[in-house]
Amino acid sequence: MSMDVGLIFKIAGIGILIAILNIVLKQAGKDEQAQMLTLAGVVVVLLLVIQLINQLFNEVRVIFQLY
Amino acid sequence: MEILQVVAVGFVATTLLVIIRQQRPELAVLLSIAVGTLIFLFVLGQLATVLRALEELAARAGLDRFYLTTVLKIIGVAYLAEFGAQVCRDAGEGAVAAKVELAGKVLILVLAVPVIVAVLEFMLRLLP
Repeated sequence: MSMDVGLIFKIAGIGILIAILNIVLKQAGKDEQAQMLTLAGVVVVLLLVIQLINQLFNEVRVIFQLY
Repeated sequence: MEILQVVAVGFVATTLLVIIRQQRPELAVLLSIAVGTLIFLFVLGQLATVLRALEELAARAGLDRFYLTTVLKIIGVAYLAEFGAQVCRDAGEGAVAAKVELAGKVLILVLAVPVIVAVLEFMLRLLP
């Protein structure tokens, strides 16, 4: 059993990248694009997290025999 | 030493969370969910061996399988409800967290009803 630490770094990296790009776009006066970028980032990370949660729920269901 | 792994992951995640939360609080919530899920999955893998041992003991004691499954189900529901409520509370939504906990309690009660009924029936049989 080992943990997938790469996923944590992936999400944190996306977060930092989006924060920086957001600042750049805001400075360039492109507020709408900054908003869209934020939304896209949230959706991408949400997809990653949803897969993880799905795995968690399946494992809990198997181990505790919840059907 | 698995605990070292868990503590290390917790420290790394906390550091990253502090950095991200200043800029993008919505991504910080997702990251904290991911970290919680990862650690939970890790613990669950360890827990499985304990549960297998419990099942073996119950089988050796001639316990009805139905009761052990009920207890396991209740523990599973409690774990999941606690996890969901903590994620909601982390994101600052105390009201939603309270509702999740309420749902967990009600569902546990529903799972426990057959056992309660069985106990009551047994007592009725004991009474003259």
